[in-house]
Amino acid sequence: MIRFFCLNVPQIRILFALLLAITIATPSHAQEPDVQKGKSLFNMNCAACHKLNKRAVGPALAGVSEKYDKEWLYSWIKNSMAMVKSGDAQAVAIYEEYNKSVMTAFPQLSNEDIDNIIAYTDYTPPAPAVVPGAVATQATGSSDANSTLLLSVLILVLVVLVVMLFLVTKTLRKLAIANGIEIEKLSSKSKRTPLWEAYVKNSFLVFATVIFLLFSSAYFAYGYLMQVGVDQGYMPVQPIHYSHKIHAGANEIDCKYCHSSARVSKHSGIPSLNVCMNCHMNIAEYNGEEDLEKGYTKAFYTNEIKKLYKAVGWDEENQKYTGETQPVKWVRIHNLPDFVYFNHAQHVDVAGIECQKCHGPVEEMEILYQYSPLTMGWCIDCHRETNVDLENNEYYEKIHAELSKKYGVEKLTIAQMGGLECGKCHY
Amino acid sequence: MMNQKKYWKSTVELDNANEFVDDLKGREFVDKLPEDAFLGDEQTLNDSKTNRRDFLKYVGFSTAAASLAACEGPVYKSIPYVVQPEEIRPGISNFYATTIADGFDVASVLVKTREGRPIKIENNKDAPVQYSANARVQASVLSLYDAQRLQGPTQSSSPISWETLIEQTRQQLDALQDDGAEVVLLTQSFASPSTQQLIDELKAKYSNLKHVVYDAVSESHALDAFAQAYGQRVLPTYDFSKAETIVSFDADFLGDWQGGGHGPSYAKTRIPKKENGKAKMSKHFQFEANMTLSGASADKRVPMSASQQQQVLAALYTELTNGVATSDEATQNMAKTVAKQLRKAGKKGIVITGIPTVSAQRVALAINEVLRSEVVDTQHTTTLRQGNAAEVGRVIAGLNSGVVQGIITVGVNPVYTLPNGNTFAEGVAKAKFSMAFSMKNDETASKTQWVAATPHYLESWGDVSFKSGHYGLTQPTIRPLFDTKQFQDVVLAWLGKDTSYRDALTAYWKGNILGAGSWNKALHDGFFIQSASPKKSKYSDVVIDAVSELRAANVSGFTLNLYTKTGLGDGQQANNPWLQELPDPITRVTWDNYLTVSKSDAESLGLWNETQSDGSLNGGLAKVTVGERSLTVPVLIQPGQAKSTFGLAFGYGKQAGLKSEMQVGVNAYALYNEFSHVQPVTIEAVTGKHEFACTQLQNTLMGREDIVRETTLEIFNTKDRSHYNAIPVVSKNHIETAVTSPEVDIWDEFDRSVGHHFNLSIDLNACTGCGACVVACHAENNVPVVGKREIRKSRDMHWLRIDRYYSSEETFAGDNQTVDEINGLGDSLTTFTSLEEPSENPQVTFQPIMCQHCNHAPCESVCPVAATSHGRQGQNHMAYNRCVGTRYCANNCPYKVRRFNWFLYNNNDEFDFYMNNDLGRMVLNPDVVVRSRGVMEKCSMCIQKTQKTILDAKLEGREIVDGEFQTACSSACANGAIAFGDINDETSSVAETLKSDRMYHLLESVGTKPNVQYQTKVRNTETS
Repeated sequence: MIRFFCLNVPQIRILFALLLAITIATPSHAQEPDVQKGKSLFNMNCAACHKLNKRAVGPALAGVSEKYDKEWLYSWIKNSMAMVKSGDAQAVAIYEEYNKSVMTAFPQLSNEDIDNIIAYTDYTPPAPAVVPGAVATQATGSSDANSTLLLSVLILVLVVLVVMLFLVTKTLRKLAIANGIEIEKLSSKSKRTPLWEAYVKNSFLVFATVIFLLFSSAYFAYGYLMQVGVDQGYMPVQPIHYSHKIHAGANEIDCKYCHSSARVSKHSGIPSLNVCMNCHMNIAEYNGEEDLEKGYTKAFYTNEIKKLYKAVGWDEENQKYTGETQPVKWVRIHNLPDFVYFNHAQHVDVAGIECQKCHGPVEEMEILYQYSPLTMGWCIDCHRETNVDLENNEYYEKIHAELSKKYGVEKLTIAQMGGLECGKCHY
Repeated sequence: MMNQKKYWKSTVELDNANEFVDDLKGREFVDKLPEDAFLGDEQTLNDSKTNRRDFLKYVGFSTAAASLAACEGPVYKSIPYVVQPEEIRPGISNFYATTIADGFDVASVLVKTREGRPIKIENNKDAPVQYSANARVQASVLSLYDAQRLQGPTQSSSPISWETLIEQTRQQLDALQDDGAEVVLLTQSFASPSTQQLIDELKAKYSNLKHVVYDAVSESHALDAFAQAYGQRVLPTYDFSKAETIVSFDADFLGDWQGGGHGPSYAKTRIPKKENGKAKMSKHFQFEANMTLSGASADKRVPMSASQQQQVLAALYTELTNGVATSDEATQNMAKTVAKQLRKAGKKGIVITGIPTVSAQRVALAINEVLRSEVVDTQHTTTLRQGNAAEVGRVIAGLNSGVVQGIITVGVNPVYTLPNGNTFAEGVAKAKFSMAFSMKNDETASKTQWVAATPHYLESWGDVSFKSGHYGLTQPTIRPLFDTKQFQDVVLAWLGKDTSYRDALTAYWKGNILGAGSWNKALHDGFFIQSASPKKSKYSDVVIDAVSELRAANVSGFTLNLYTKTGLGDGQQANNPWLQELPDPITRVTWDNYLTVSKSDAESLGLWNETQSDGSLNGGLAKVTVGERSLTVPVLIQPGQAKSTFGLAFGYGKQAGLKSEMQVGVNAYALYNEFSHVQPVTIEAVTGKHEFACTQLQNTLMGREDIVRETTLEIFNTKDRSHYNAIPVVSKNHIETAVTSPEVDIWDEFDRSVGHHFNLSIDLNACTGCGACVVACHAENNVPVVGKREIRKSRDMHWLRIDRYYSSEETFAGDNQTVDEINGLGDSLTTFTSLEEPSENPQVTFQPIMCQHCNHAPCESVCPVAATSHGRQGQNHMAYNRCVGTRYCANNCPYKVRRFNWFLYNNNDEFDFYMNNDLGRMVLNPDVVVRSRGVMEKCSMCIQKTQKTILDAKLEGREIVDGEFQTACSSACANGAIAFGDINDETSSVAETLKSDRMYHLLESVGTKPNVQYQTKVRNTETS
């Protein structure tokens, strides 16, 4: 039986680059084992249970050719259980060591394939030449300095201008006194009513201003009050830095793979940790893209995976569950009040709405936040505009025919189906 | 001029010389202000650097800071499972079939669980209807979350481990066996075959162990009579759906008589369905002292004392066996009328009795043999009641004399339920070894050395034999909340077996019950019916002595009739606030028991009831003396109570293991001598008053046919609808037009022909007032419990109530006639006043009332904020978050079904019933919001359930068939009195009842066009 396993995309990408360098550097030979082929075979057949430098379900495979005879490896890979049953000492030893877990037989692999895989496991990549980090930091540092400099120059110019202006008036005054010109003329203005007094005396203007102020403050007060309890953009720090960007974005995992109850229940459900372990049993470290500016390094992500292991009680060393669990206390982001009934299944399954319609571009969110306001107006707007999806749903057939006749329309909105009635959501 | 007028509060003020008055004038308040307490310490006051301005600043700043800090929103945590159980999906209910058999109630039920928590009990509709859930079973889910439950095993009130308990008790048992001293295992009636086997094995191991079965409310006399007649100490079973004439002597078979559960089959014969233009229904005679549910449903109810009933029973036997009449004429005539009907029914006649004498029980069995009644089944018998009065008496004597050295009680509380509970307690204290298996630290458990905390039935395994060949299985629906162990598991440990009871149960069923049946299927269904019939036992026809014993029954003097109430039953669930607040179907009193007294006896004894100006009820007190024991009990005047008889309910007056709010009433078990619920009694009035919390004080209908319509079978069969169910008319252009006509409607009609249009149909003929729907509504809709004090202020929150009306004349028809004959204003005043008084022996009718979901709803038009509005599907919606609490809607509602939240019942220490602790809150239905203070609430026609049904159909892409739509009340009503469905679906039962001749709407003349239909009550008064 052939089994296909998920490949870790970033991991492959890096290895691919390295291997490309090698293939260019060393001219390939027909008889020589092909490291690149070996890599793809390894990923396809072995990576689910083996890692190169670390024990997983099975042993680490780097340097495996030094430990075992080649012929022994051929027969072991093609049918390991036969060897165990025949009582081969090495085979039995390894079988015992790994908790008697049976290795899948690979009769479809030829000796050449196995050679390629072994070549890949024996291959040691050359050390990376350049670390580009230092240059980048310097560059950002200088741009910062530039803007500060520009700012201080501007301020200096301004100060100089102010001082000059002051000096000019002073000189002019002195000149005037010297020439005997009356400066008192200016004070004759004081006999005129000052502007503020005129304003105060004009009751209409005062009234208009007061009204304006009242209305504008009411407007802002209303705006302020209306956003109370609306947590759009709420982005709390979670106990485990779980990146939807990596899972739903880079790895393109379907939302409903983890949030499976969204299809059947009112809750979308936060996946239980055993769902995480479906994949993370084999993915113990992060090898994808990094965002160094924000500190999301590979080590950072790998550490988050360790947090998961700790919570679920997974002993990575021995590839066993310890039974010591610590449930993860996620911070809930989408909080509908108790007096609203919302059902995911109705929207996800019956209506067939994309999760993103309400939850936004989750696949781009490094940290998840509340995308929509989740206010009643927002719900109602959608119910007014959206047509009911009737395809192949016998439930709607009769009611739709009758209603569309009644309203004289081809397609019915949810509002026309009664989706605006209070009691549909409030009970 | 103005100043000349002088006002004064008392004449003393006018006396200028009075110093006291001068002194008072100088003061603002009469009492001296406690200034010294604040300012007395001058030293501290002077040293203080805080002056008044500083103080105000501090107050101001801290208030501002507090309000600013409060602006921050709360952070909610969401904690998923580490490993999610396969069968649990958040937001989706799972249903498990199980069986309750607590020694008093038995039912096959479905348990609705959400996220692993049981939240609701439903009827198991695949099981026979006799095993439906009554109000107590419906409420039993709340008893699971009782904070007063024992949380682990104890020895002398200090917690120990189960290992220690089992080891210590086994040593005790071994030691007692070595001594050869008797040990008694006092248990409830288990009726559990697997438990019986375990007990037998235990008896085999400990030869000194004696098993005694004890029922708190005994059927010992009926068991003994059956043993005399058929040789087996069991009870027969009944199928009232086969009955045409039912004659009951003091048997409240719609209540708890012989284990209860007869309502649904009885109701089947009570719905008159016209076939070939003639409808048939059963005829029901009830001879009884207290007014019971059965009496209320009877076609002819005769109030009489137990000894009079025995005379009639004896006369009936003589009449049917053509013997020589020896009774007085009145009795003989009564017997003749009944005998005529029984003869007419032939095999479909049945006589049952609850009179606590072996002779009465024996004669009833004999009459049924004479009739060859098909209703009673002596072949399929039941062991649901096994209690043996004589043996229990011997145990008490043995304990006190030292013959019995060890006592183990299981599921019983004899210190509370025995009349001589104290003697029992003294005996327990004398015993070398005493142990109790109990869920509560109750009266008995607190007297024993070891207490084994047992799980609730929703956490247990078990089985029960409903009747021969009919079995039920109990399975846990939640992991035990506390450190509890079942009795059976402990027995297995005592026996030294290494299996769990679950495995033992499976093995027993596979070996003895299932035959070729599948265990998994039986567990899934919750019940199993064997195909083979048991052997019929032989009847021995010797009743001469019994008949003469009946005749010899004493006829004079007052008698006390003890009974079980619909709410509390035998009192096991006294700590359940839903049951405490469930109004008694007959008296409509909550949170109490009381002495029911006939009006004439009340007058002669000086007992009284008084309605207060605020609409609450007060009652006098009476000293009730039976033998040497007496109790002081509040009095309630009960129409229909037989003269010289008094009623008092069991189950109240419990103290141990109860919240203080639930410690209400008096313990009637103290008067339950010789396990006979009829006791000679002396009554005297004592001074003092008692405050009742009664939900209905308007007891009569006063001839208002718009509310309850009644007719007789004769009229129903012979006349057309206008005679018994006429549609009210109004005059339009001097033409009488039916109020249902759109011509006279002031509202525009709304087209409801599209989609679903929900209707609820209530058949007054099938409703026996059992109250299961009321509790189901509580559970489904998170209806709060408000407590006695609030009920007294008419602030009850029941969304669904069952109104009970008495006729003022002999019959309701008589009332209508009286009203019709009123002539002039003076006459109307006196007549209506007299109509407020119920008759001495009234006709009774029950009417469940919930929101009528009017299509033209008066509440909707007066709401200033549009919080209540109408849905296309016929439901009157209530948006709680929109409500501002003006209560206009409640004022404008002609049916008085709206309920106002005066308090935040779920977060207020004043209402510490169940919503104020984390354990109790686990029962809340997560699909329905818990309402806050200051909003109006009411029946929603279970919109959460209809929406769920619709969503399920959408998800599966199919149409909905009739029967899928249910409300909590309709699915709880095993009698079939409440039906729910979509009238736009022509095949639905409600669409059919809508066209029925019996259908009417409540207060139709108001023109509200309700979506709740009522079916006119028909009584079978034919005597020919």
